Amino acid sequence: MEINIQKKVLEANDTEADINRTFFKDQNVFVLNMMSSPGSGKTQILCKTLAKLMPHVRVGVIVGDICTTNDADRLKVTGAKVTQINTDQFGGDCHLAANLIIESAKQLGCEDLDLLIVENIGNLVCPAEFDIGEDARAVVLSVTEGEDKPLKYPLMFRVADVAILNKIDLLPYLDFDAKLVVDNMKQVHPHLPVFEFSAKTEEGLEPWLDWLKIKVFEKTGK
Amino acid sequence: MHEMGIAQQLVQIAIDSIPRDIENPKVEKLNLRIGRLASVVEHSLTFCFEIITKDTPLENARLDIDVVPVTVHCKSCDNGWEVTGPVFKCPFCEDGDVEMLTGREIEITSLELADELKI
Ligand SMILES: Nc1nc2c(ncn2[C@@H]2O[C@H](COP(=O)(O)OP(=O)(O)OP(=O)(O)O)[C@@H](O)[C@H]2O)c(=O)[nH]1
Ligand SMILES: [Mg+2]
Ligand SMILES: [Zn+2]
Repeated sequence: MEINIQKKVLEANDTEADINRTFFKDQNVFVLNMMSSPGSGKTQILCKTLAKLMPHVRVGVIVGDICTTNDADRLKVTGAKVTQINTDQFGGDCHLAANLIIESAKQLGCEDLDLLIVENIGNLVCPAEFDIGEDARAVVLSVTEGEDKPLKYPLMFRVADVAILNKIDLLPYLDFDAKLVVDNMKQVHPHLPVFEFSAKTEEGLEPWLDWLKIKVFEKTGK
Repeated sequence: MHEMGIAQQLVQIAIDSIPRDIENPKVEKLNLRIGRLASVVEHSLTFCFEIITKDTPLENARLDIDVVPVTVHCKSCDNGWEVTGPVFKCPFCEDGDVEMLTGREIEITSLELADELKI
Protein backbone atom coordinates (compact mmCIF):
# COMPACT_ATOMS: atom_id res chain seq x y z
CA MET A 1 0.00 0.00 0.00
CA GLU A 2 1.41 3.39 -0.98
CA ILE A 3 0.69 6.36 1.27
CA ASN A 4 0.99 9.77 -0.31
CA ILE A 5 2.88 12.30 1.84
CA GLN A 6 4.34 15.25 -0.17
CA LYS A 7 6.16 17.05 2.61
CA LYS A 8 9.29 19.12 2.87
CA VAL A 9 11.67 17.44 5.26
CA LEU A 10 12.95 20.75 6.69
CA GLU A 11 9.44 22.17 6.98
CA ALA A 12 9.71 22.36 10.77
CA ASN A 13 12.76 24.63 10.49
CA ASP A 14 11.14 26.75 7.76
CA THR A 15 8.11 27.31 9.99
CA GLU A 16 10.34 28.37 12.89
CA ALA A 17 12.27 30.67 10.56
CA ASP A 18 9.03 32.42 9.55
CA ILE A 19 8.19 32.90 13.23
CA ASN A 20 11.64 34.45 13.72
CA ARG A 21 11.16 36.77 10.75
CA THR A 22 7.93 38.09 12.22
CA PHE A 23 9.58 38.52 15.62
CA PHE A 24 12.55 40.42 14.13
CA LYS A 25 10.17 42.62 12.13
CA ASP A 26 8.22 43.48 15.28
CA GLN A 27 11.46 44.26 17.07
CA ASN A 28 12.58 46.35 14.08
CA VAL A 29 16.02 44.79 14.01
CA PHE A 30 18.04 43.81 10.93
CA VAL A 31 19.42 40.28 11.13
CA LEU A 32 22.60 39.16 9.36
CA ASN A 33 23.57 35.49 9.19
CA MET A 34 27.33 35.17 8.82
CA MET A 35 28.76 31.95 7.46
CA SER A 36 32.15 30.56 6.42
CA SER A 37 34.42 27.59 6.86
CA PRO A 38 36.22 27.41 10.23
CA GLY A 39 38.81 30.10 10.73
CA SER A 40 38.01 32.39 7.78
CA GLY A 41 37.87 35.28 10.18
CA LYS A 42 34.19 35.77 11.09
CA THR A 43 34.91 36.68 14.69
CA GLN A 44 37.81 38.94 13.75
CA ILE A 45 35.65 40.70 11.14
CA LEU A 46 32.91 41.16 13.72
CA CYS A 47 35.33 42.56 16.31
CA LYS A 48 36.47 45.20 13.81
CA THR A 49 32.97 45.82 12.45
CA LEU A 50 31.43 46.29 15.89
CA ALA A 51 34.23 48.57 17.01
CA LYS A 52 33.38 50.87 14.09
CA LEU A 53 29.59 50.63 14.24
CA MET A 54 29.01 50.90 17.97
CA PRO A 55 27.47 52.92 19.52
CA HIS A 56 25.81 54.64 16.51
CA VAL A 57 24.46 51.31 15.35
CA ARG A 58 23.47 49.19 18.32
CA VAL A 59 24.62 45.66 17.63
CA GLY A 60 23.96 42.32 19.26
CA VAL A 61 25.69 39.08 18.37
CA ILE A 62 24.71 35.45 18.66
CA VAL A 63 27.76 33.22 18.28
CA GLY A 64 27.41 29.59 17.42
CA ASP A 65 30.35 27.48 18.39
CA ILE A 66 30.54 23.79 18.88
CA CYS A 67 31.94 23.94 22.39
CA THR A 68 33.98 26.96 23.54
CA THR A 69 33.17 30.53 24.63
CA ASN A 70 36.34 32.02 23.06
CA ASP A 71 34.51 33.87 20.30
CA ALA A 72 31.94 35.40 22.65
CA ASP A 73 34.68 36.62 24.98
CA ARG A 74 36.52 38.31 22.08
CA LEU A 75 33.34 40.06 20.94
CA LYS A 76 32.20 41.32 24.34
CA VAL A 77 35.24 43.59 24.45
CA THR A 78 33.56 45.79 21.81
CA GLY A 79 30.66 46.58 24.17
CA ALA A 80 28.12 44.75 22.04
CA LYS A 81 25.60 42.42 23.62
CA VAL A 82 26.82 38.90 22.99
CA THR A 83 25.35 35.50 23.63
CA GLN A 84 26.71 32.12 22.73
CA ILE A 85 25.05 28.96 21.52
CA ASN A 86 27.12 25.86 22.12
CA THR A 87 25.63 23.24 19.89
CA ASP A 88 27.28 20.35 21.69
CA GLN A 89 24.35 20.33 24.10
CA PHE A 90 22.24 19.71 21.03
CA GLY A 91 24.36 16.94 19.55
CA GLY A 92 27.36 18.83 18.17
CA ASP A 93 25.37 20.12 15.25
CA CYS A 94 26.93 21.62 12.17
CA HIS A 95 24.58 24.59 11.81
CA LEU A 96 22.31 26.81 13.89
CA ALA A 97 18.64 25.94 13.52
CA ALA A 98 15.89 28.55 13.62
CA ASN A 99 14.45 27.50 16.98
CA LEU A 100 17.80 28.03 18.75
CA ILE A 101 18.12 31.52 17.31
CA ILE A 102 14.86 32.84 18.68
CA GLU A 103 15.63 31.60 22.18
CA SER A 104 18.98 33.36 22.12
CA ALA A 105 17.54 36.52 20.57
CA LYS A 106 14.97 36.76 23.35
CA GLN A 107 17.60 36.12 25.97
CA LEU A 108 19.75 38.86 24.43
CA GLY A 109 16.84 41.28 24.19
CA CYS A 110 16.34 42.84 20.74
CA GLU A 111 14.25 45.89 21.66
CA ASP A 112 17.26 48.19 21.96
CA LEU A 113 19.16 46.76 18.97
CA ASP A 114 19.37 47.94 15.35
CA LEU A 115 21.43 45.05 14.08
CA LEU A 116 21.63 41.45 15.20
CA ILE A 117 24.46 39.38 13.75
CA VAL A 118 24.52 35.62 13.95
CA GLU A 119 27.97 34.07 13.64
CA ASN A 120 27.04 30.65 12.39
CA ILE A 121 29.04 27.46 12.95
CA GLY A 122 32.17 27.28 10.77
CA ASN A 123 30.98 25.14 7.85
CA LEU A 124 30.36 25.94 4.17
CA VAL A 125 27.72 23.28 3.65
CA CYS A 126 25.04 22.89 6.27
CA PRO A 127 24.26 26.47 7.39
CA ALA A 128 23.31 27.29 3.77
CA GLU A 129 20.45 24.86 4.05
CA PHE A 130 18.90 26.26 7.24
CA ASP A 131 16.89 29.46 7.12
CA ILE A 132 17.00 31.23 10.50
CA GLY A 133 14.68 34.08 9.58
CA GLU A 134 17.55 36.42 8.70
CA ASP A 135 17.32 39.46 6.42
CA ALA A 136 20.66 38.85 4.72
CA ARG A 137 23.30 36.17 4.51
CA ALA A 138 27.00 36.93 4.33
CA VAL A 139 29.60 34.36 3.34
CA VAL A 140 33.24 34.89 4.28
CA LEU A 141 36.07 33.28 2.36
CA SER A 142 39.70 33.90 3.21
CA VAL A 143 42.55 33.97 0.72
CA THR A 144 44.15 30.88 2.25
CA GLU A 145 41.25 28.66 1.27
CA GLY A 146 41.69 28.23 -2.49
CA GLU A 147 40.09 29.89 -5.51
CA ASP A 148 37.79 26.97 -6.28
CA LYS A 149 35.70 27.13 -3.10
CA PRO A 150 32.72 28.95 -4.68
CA LEU A 151 32.52 26.21 -7.31
CA LYS A 152 32.82 23.44 -4.72
CA TYR A 153 30.19 24.91 -2.40
CA PRO A 154 27.82 26.56 -4.88
CA LEU A 155 24.75 26.50 -2.63
CA MET A 156 26.45 28.67 -0.01
CA PHE A 157 27.46 31.24 -2.62
CA ARG A 158 24.01 31.06 -4.25
CA VAL A 159 22.12 31.78 -1.05
CA ALA A 160 24.51 34.53 0.05
CA ASP A 161 23.50 38.17 -0.38
CA VAL A 162 27.03 39.42 0.09
CA ALA A 163 30.50 37.90 0.13
CA ILE A 164 33.65 38.96 1.94
CA LEU A 165 37.10 37.97 0.75
CA ASN A 166 39.14 38.25 3.94
CA LYS A 167 42.83 38.24 4.87
CA ILE A 168 43.96 40.13 1.77
CA ASP A 169 46.97 41.31 3.83
CA LEU A 170 48.34 37.79 3.19
CA LEU A 171 48.16 38.03 -0.62
CA PRO A 172 51.83 38.98 -1.09
CA TYR A 173 52.85 35.69 0.55
CA LEU A 174 50.52 33.41 -1.38
CA ASP A 175 49.91 32.17 -4.91
CA PHE A 176 46.29 33.10 -4.56
CA ASP A 177 44.50 34.67 -7.52
CA ALA A 178 42.01 37.10 -5.98
CA LYS A 179 40.51 37.99 -9.36
CA LEU A 180 39.86 34.33 -10.13
CA VAL A 181 38.07 33.70 -6.85
CA VAL A 182 35.84 36.73 -7.39
CA ASP A 183 35.13 35.51 -10.96
CA ASN A 184 34.21 32.11 -9.54
CA MET A 185 31.84 33.72 -7.05
CA LYS A 186 30.19 35.64 -9.90
CA GLN A 187 29.87 32.45 -11.98
CA VAL A 188 27.79 30.97 -9.19
CA HIS A 189 26.02 34.20 -8.28
CA PRO A 190 26.37 36.85 -11.01
CA HIS A 191 25.31 39.95 -9.08
CA LEU A 192 26.81 39.05 -5.71
CA PRO A 193 28.43 42.08 -4.04
CA VAL A 194 31.96 41.11 -2.97
CA PHE A 195 34.07 43.08 -0.49
CA GLU A 196 37.80 42.39 -0.35
CA PHE A 197 39.46 43.37 2.89
CA SER A 198 41.68 42.48 5.78
CA ALA A 199 40.23 42.18 9.24
CA LYS A 200 43.78 42.45 10.52
CA THR A 201 44.94 45.69 8.89
CA GLU A 202 41.39 47.03 8.28
CA GLU A 203 42.33 47.76 4.67
CA GLY A 204 39.15 47.94 2.59
CA LEU A 205 36.80 47.73 5.56
CA GLU A 206 34.82 50.94 4.88
CA PRO A 207 32.79 49.80 1.83
CA TRP A 208 31.59 46.78 3.83
CA LEU A 209 30.56 48.98 6.75
CA ASP A 210 28.66 51.24 4.35
CA TRP A 211 26.87 48.28 2.79
CA LEU A 212 25.83 47.07 6.23
CA LYS A 213 24.67 50.50 7.44
CA ILE A 214 22.54 50.94 4.31
CA LYS A 215 20.94 47.53 4.79
CA VAL A 216 20.11 48.26 8.42
CA PHE A 217 18.64 51.63 7.46
CA GLU A 218 16.58 50.17 4.60
CA LYS A 219 14.83 47.78 6.95
CA THR A 220 14.62 49.67 10.20
CA GLY A 221 14.75 53.32 9.17
CA LYS A 222 17.40 53.73 11.92
CA MET B 1 26.86 16.61 7.70
CA HIS B 2 23.33 17.22 8.91
CA GLU B 3 22.13 13.95 7.37
CA MET B 4 21.37 12.61 10.85
CA GLY B 5 18.92 15.45 11.44
CA ILE B 6 17.35 14.87 8.05
CA ALA B 7 17.06 11.15 8.73
CA GLN B 8 15.34 11.92 12.06
CA GLN B 9 12.86 14.23 10.33
CA LEU B 10 12.19 11.56 7.70
CA VAL B 11 11.41 8.99 10.36
CA GLN B 12 9.18 11.43 12.23
CA ILE B 13 7.20 12.38 9.13
CA ALA B 14 6.93 8.76 8.00
CA ILE B 15 5.72 7.50 11.38
CA ASP B 16 3.16 10.31 11.58
CA SER B 17 1.87 9.35 8.12
CA ILE B 18 1.14 5.71 8.85
CA PRO B 19 -2.59 5.25 9.49
CA ARG B 20 -3.21 4.42 13.15
CA ASP B 21 -5.44 1.47 12.41
CA ILE B 22 -2.71 -0.57 10.77
CA GLU B 23 -1.39 -3.20 13.12
CA ASN B 24 2.36 -3.81 13.13
CA PRO B 25 3.00 -1.64 10.10
CA LYS B 26 6.13 -2.34 8.14
CA VAL B 27 7.49 0.29 5.77
CA GLU B 28 9.23 -1.17 2.72
CA LYS B 29 10.20 1.98 0.94
CA LEU B 30 10.32 5.74 1.36
CA ASN B 31 10.17 7.77 -1.83
CA LEU B 32 12.18 10.99 -1.69
CA ARG B 33 12.93 13.87 -4.01
CA ILE B 34 16.31 15.48 -3.43
CA GLY B 35 17.61 18.39 -5.46
CA ARG B 36 21.11 18.18 -6.92
CA LEU B 37 22.07 21.32 -5.04
CA ALA B 38 20.64 20.23 -1.70
CA SER B 39 23.42 19.48 0.74
CA VAL B 40 22.54 15.85 1.27
CA VAL B 41 25.01 13.05 0.73
CA GLU B 42 23.05 9.99 -0.27
CA HIS B 43 25.21 7.31 1.32
CA SER B 44 25.48 9.14 4.61
CA LEU B 45 21.72 9.70 4.67
CA THR B 46 21.19 5.98 4.05
CA PHE B 47 23.71 5.15 6.75
CA CYS B 48 22.05 7.41 9.35
CA PHE B 49 18.63 6.17 8.35
CA GLU B 50 19.66 2.54 8.88
CA ILE B 51 21.01 3.29 12.34
CA ILE B 52 17.99 5.15 13.69
CA THR B 53 15.32 2.89 12.23
CA LYS B 54 16.42 -0.21 14.15
CA ASP B 55 13.40 -1.65 15.99
CA THR B 56 10.94 0.74 14.35
CA PRO B 57 8.35 0.15 11.61
CA LEU B 58 10.95 1.58 9.21
CA GLU B 59 13.61 -1.01 9.92
CA ASN B 60 15.10 -2.26 6.62
CA ALA B 61 13.02 0.22 4.61
CA ARG B 62 14.68 1.36 1.40
CA LEU B 63 15.21 5.00 0.51
CA ASP B 64 14.30 5.55 -3.12
CA ILE B 65 15.77 8.91 -4.10
CA ASP B 66 14.59 10.79 -7.16
CA VAL B 67 17.32 13.33 -7.94
CA VAL B 68 15.84 16.64 -9.06
CA PRO B 69 17.90 18.60 -11.62
CA VAL B 70 18.81 22.24 -11.07
CA THR B 71 16.64 24.38 -13.31
CA VAL B 72 16.78 28.15 -13.48
CA HIS B 73 15.04 31.08 -15.10
CA CYS B 74 16.52 34.39 -16.17
CA LYS B 75 14.24 37.23 -15.09
CA SER B 76 16.01 39.60 -17.45
CA CYS B 77 15.54 37.74 -20.76
CA ASP B 78 12.91 35.18 -19.73
CA ASN B 79 14.97 32.14 -20.85
CA GLY B 80 15.01 28.93 -18.82
CA TRP B 81 17.53 26.07 -18.76
CA GLU B 82 19.04 23.27 -16.70
CA VAL B 83 22.26 23.99 -14.83
CA THR B 84 24.65 21.06 -14.82
CA GLY B 85 27.72 22.64 -13.23
CA PRO B 86 28.09 25.34 -10.59
CA VAL B 87 27.64 28.12 -13.17
CA PHE B 88 24.55 30.28 -12.95
CA LYS B 89 25.45 33.01 -15.40
CA CYS B 90 22.81 33.53 -18.07
CA PRO B 91 24.24 32.25 -21.38
CA PHE B 92 21.65 34.24 -23.35
CA CYS B 93 21.92 37.76 -22.04
CA GLU B 94 25.19 37.42 -20.04
CA ASP B 95 24.18 39.75 -17.24
CA GLY B 96 20.75 38.45 -16.32
CA ASP B 97 19.14 38.07 -12.91
CA VAL B 98 18.94 34.28 -12.61
CA GLU B 99 16.58 32.59 -10.16
CA MET B 100 16.57 28.93 -9.21
CA LEU B 101 13.36 27.06 -9.89
CA THR B 102 14.30 23.55 -8.77
CA GLY B 103 17.30 21.77 -7.32
CA ARG B 104 17.06 22.48 -3.58
CA GLU B 105 14.25 20.08 -2.71
CA ILE B 106 14.48 17.71 0.24
CA GLU B 107 11.04 16.15 0.16
CA ILE B 108 9.32 12.96 1.09
CA THR B 109 6.71 12.11 -1.50
CA SER B 110 5.27 8.82 -0.29
CA LEU B 111 5.89 5.65 1.63
CA GLU B 112 5.12 2.07 0.73
CA LEU B 113 3.82 -0.31 3.35
CA ALA B 114 4.18 -4.07 3.23
CA ASP B 115 0.87 -5.93 2.92
CA GLU B 116 -0.62 -6.70 6.31
CA LEU B 117 0.22 -10.18 7.46
CA LYS B 118 -2.83 -12.41 7.52
CA ILE B 119 -2.47 -14.94 10.28
N1 LIG C 1 46.39 37.76 8.55
C1 LIG C 1 45.10 37.79 8.86
N2 LIG C 1 44.63 36.96 9.81
C2 LIG C 1 43.31 37.02 10.10
C3 LIG C 1 42.43 37.92 9.45
N3 LIG C 1 41.18 37.75 9.95
C4 LIG C 1 41.29 36.77 10.86
N4 LIG C 1 42.56 36.33 10.98
C5 LIG C 1 43.08 35.28 11.87
O1 LIG C 1 42.52 34.04 11.47
C6 LIG C 1 42.27 33.21 12.61
C7 LIG C 1 40.81 32.79 12.64
O2 LIG C 1 40.00 33.94 12.81
P1 LIG C 1 38.59 33.90 13.51
O3 LIG C 1 38.06 35.29 13.52
O4 LIG C 1 38.66 33.17 14.79
O5 LIG C 1 37.79 32.99 12.46
P2 LIG C 1 36.30 32.42 12.57
O6 LIG C 1 35.78 32.37 11.18
O7 LIG C 1 35.53 33.20 13.56
O8 LIG C 1 36.57 30.94 13.11
P3 LIG C 1 35.51 29.89 13.73
O9 LIG C 1 34.54 30.68 14.54
O10 LIG C 1 36.34 28.96 14.54
O11 LIG C 1 34.88 29.22 12.54
C8 LIG C 1 42.68 34.03 13.81
O12 LIG C 1 43.97 33.66 14.17
C9 LIG C 1 42.65 35.46 13.30
O13 LIG C 1 43.52 36.32 13.99
C10 LIG C 1 42.97 38.79 8.44
O14 LIG C 1 42.29 39.59 7.80
N5 LIG C 1 44.31 38.66 8.19
MG1 LIG D 1 34.47 32.55 15.21
ZN1 LIG E 1 19.20 36.24 -19.41
